[in-house]
Amino acid sequence: MTAAVETWGLGKRFRRGWAVRECTLSIPEQAIVGLAGPNGAGKSTLLSLAVALLAPTEGEIRVLGHDPWREPETLEQIGYVGQDSPLYRSFSVGETLDYARRMNARWDPTIANRSLAHLPAGRRVSALSAGDRARLALAVALGKRPRLLLLDEPFARLDPRAGREFLQMLMDGVAETGATVVVASHVVADIERIADHIVLLSEGRVRLEGNVEELLTSHRLLTGARRPLGRIGGVEEIVRERHSGRQLTLLARLAAPVVDPSWSVDEIALEELLLAYMAPERLPRRTTDEKRRLRWHG
Amino acid sequence: MIEFHLDARSGVATYLQIVQQVKEALRLGLLDLGDQLPTVREVVADLAINPNTVAKAYRDLEREGLVAARPGRGTFIVGTLAAPSLRHHEALRRELESWLAAAVRAGLDEESIRALISTTLREALVREVA
Repeated sequence: MTAAVETWGLGKRFRRGWAVRECTLSIPEQAIVGLAGPNGAGKSTLLSLAVALLAPTEGEIRVLGHDPWREPETLEQIGYVGQDSPLYRSFSVGETLDYARRMNARWDPTIANRSLAHLPAGRRVSALSAGDRARLALAVALGKRPRLLLLDEPFARLDPRAGREFLQMLMDGVAETGATVVVASHVVADIERIADHIVLLSEGRVRLEGNVEELLTSHRLLTGARRPLGRIGGVEEIVRERHSGRQLTLLARLAAPVVDPSWSVDEIALEELLLAYMAPERLPRRTTDEKRRLRWHG
Repeated sequence: MIEFHLDARSGVATYLQIVQQVKEALRLGLLDLGDQLPTVREVVADLAINPNTVAKAYRDLEREGLVAARPGRGTFIVGTLAAPSLRHHEALRRELESWLAAAVRAGLDEESIRALISTTLREALVREVA
């Protein structure tokens, strides 16, 4: 299977420092990817690099097999919705869709017409609710029948009901177009429902990447009596270690099932897994070189 | 037609919840040979979930011989779980009821009963796999 997005050692430096660094990942086609991580982790920068709004400082990125910066025709196959559903606020709904139709060589009005039927074509974008604005922006992106759809924090301003309606429209569009989707969100609950692939960024680096089911299968919480830690059969890596009183709780990545009966073995939810991989003790120390540069610009 | 529902807090993978709900409906005789499952599009639009998840659930059911996809028409029930076992349900239920009465007489409350049943079931399933 080809990759929808692939990067090798990708990095982007701004004046204030590195926003994305040493980023190597591979997103399979037709995946629905949750791009997770706290605010400032580099999620928006990574999406901007994918749609050539930014050029990499180092490393390489391939989108649908092409370099988006050198081969801008690739962008015709990518739908991108930036933060806060960017649209022309003085346009009406009809004008927005008309403009989108004229700007895109391949434009399919069916998705927009089906999911925006309740919106009066004459209403100004500035008069729309946050939910309707988000759905209009999504309709413009889906109308291109993109092979890849990138959404930056689409739920940030939506209440739960508008968020659900947006998700229904998004999933319906995916079922129709078969597009690969990347949804950036700092709220894990927003992407948990749909994501089958996770990319977790923190401080500009990829902390965890992979198929959600495989990640959940390969990680377990081990609880047992506190003891000096030796090798535990089946455990490949201890991701997080917590003590409380006489109890010891480990989050472990497994190579094989843990059968040692002195451990009680439990599954872990995606949100807790991501939080564990984001934990500060897992972040690499900054190199002196980076520290110096930060001080210089700080 | 069966309508799926999702329990986001159950910890059970979404595709498994769909598989389990179809099997449960088959076991209880709520779905029968020839019945149609909702299309992937319908489930996706209803539950706002990943189409791949629905497709995976349907593929699993197909592999188990319970449903068949007919291109352009939909996915239909072709197997059944009810027929061989349904006639035993009544006797088994009576045994379970007398067991429950014994448990209550022994002083177990609802939580202890549930815990005992689920651990016993889990251990029995593990033994079966091993």
